[in-house]
Amino acid sequence: MSYVFNFAPVFENFDQLLVGAWITIQLTFGAIIFGTLIAVPCAIGKTAGPRYVVWPINAYIELIRNTPFLIQIFFIYFALPGLGLRFNPNTAALIALSVNVGAYATEIVRAGIESIQKGQIEAGIALGLKRHQIFRYIIFKPAMRTIYPAITSQFIYLMLTSSVVSAISATDLAAAGNNIQSQTFAAFEVYLVITAMYLVLSLGFSALFTLIQRLAFTYPTSR
Amino acid sequence: MIRPFGMNEFWFIVMAAQWTIALSAVAFGGGAVGGLLIALARTSKLPAFRYAALVFIRIFQGTPLLMQLFLVFFGLNIFGIGVNPWVAAAAALTLHASAFLGEIWRGCIEAVPSGQPEAAWALGLGYRDTMVSIVLPQAARIAVAPTVGFLVQLIKGTSLASIIGFVELTRAGQIINNATFAPLTVFSVVAALYFILCWPLSMFARSLELRFASETRR
Repeated sequence: MSYVFNFAPVFENFDQLLVGAWITIQLTFGAIIFGTLIAVPCAIGKTAGPRYVVWPINAYIELIRNTPFLIQIFFIYFALPGLGLRFNPNTAALIALSVNVGAYATEIVRAGIESIQKGQIEAGIALGLKRHQIFRYIIFKPAMRTIYPAITSQFIYLMLTSSVVSAISATDLAAAGNNIQSQTFAAFEVYLVITAMYLVLSLGFSALFTLIQRLAFTYPTSR
Repeated sequence: MIRPFGMNEFWFIVMAAQWTIALSAVAFGGGAVGGLLIALARTSKLPAFRYAALVFIRIFQGTPLLMQLFLVFFGLNIFGIGVNPWVAAAAALTLHASAFLGEIWRGCIEAVPSGQPEAAWALGLGYRDTMVSIVLPQAARIAVAPTVGFLVQLIKGTSLASIIGFVELTRAGQIINNATFAPLTVFSVVAALYFILCWPLSMFARSLELRFASETRR
């Protein structure tokens, strides 16, 4: 093997990688927020709604979960302009990621809602709790605790999936890598460093989610 | 020259689905072998095996599949093996599937009650006999539903092979789109084909899951 590794061009352009990583982080958090805004109403609609609400929600979930993210983002970026909806690459990326994670999160949130037993709510009513108190203490918090591990690993998976948005020339971490690679031809070195950066990001997200869990969801039950 | 989207274009895309299926099959087959080794290493009594498998799983579950594809694609080139997108995609997806199936199957092996291997050991069975005759058959029953679920994820993952230039369903769609400029039609057809491949598997996985849940509820 006569290949000489050359990491110099990667580190000379490291600022570009940091900018890309920052955009990856922003896209991820943006999609977490919008995805949750999609998932919560859909999950409520799916558990409690009439059939004409349940059916479209199911269609949305099945459609997203059974097609590749790459096709979804192509559809939003290349096909929707034909219908008069034109987005710049980063906006298209955010929309695609939100719609994608929304479908997965809907199923997770629904499982959380269904994990609350009816007797718990009835007990709340018997104790004279108000509707909003029942929702907050008997439905929301315990359901959050149940779904937290599943939904946070889904969010980390979302961050990894976001690398695909480089395919429509959004300016995330993977795209920064593509740029440097095409200027310096040090492809393997560039992608090795970027892969390491993604690993650091996913470990960072994982640590952050554990911290939030400690701060927000440790009250009596589990002890 | 823009050409219209006709039957030829449609069949070009449909026929490309066979490469998506072939790539999925190769990656799943390779991943099954690799995943079994990883799962056995992960549940081994030897710490060195356990930690090596853990690091392998963490790396592949903590980095994007796209980067794994790029690294294998450009890495094979460094080692002087010609850059063939088919080989690179198959190798990268095999490694990816090994890590995910390894982690899924570890859970299934651990779900077999520990009294089972202990009883086998008490009866004088060695590691190999214990695994082959006692633990793995029981773990396999638990493993079917999540494994089919992962297969769906793998089929969707093969779409990324298009980015390193392997002509499968997604790449065929891009090629036709570049010739016809009918993205709405093209990507609808491509999405429908993926859906036809994945949805029955998803339904199958869900029914297995439900059946298994009702069997074990007792």
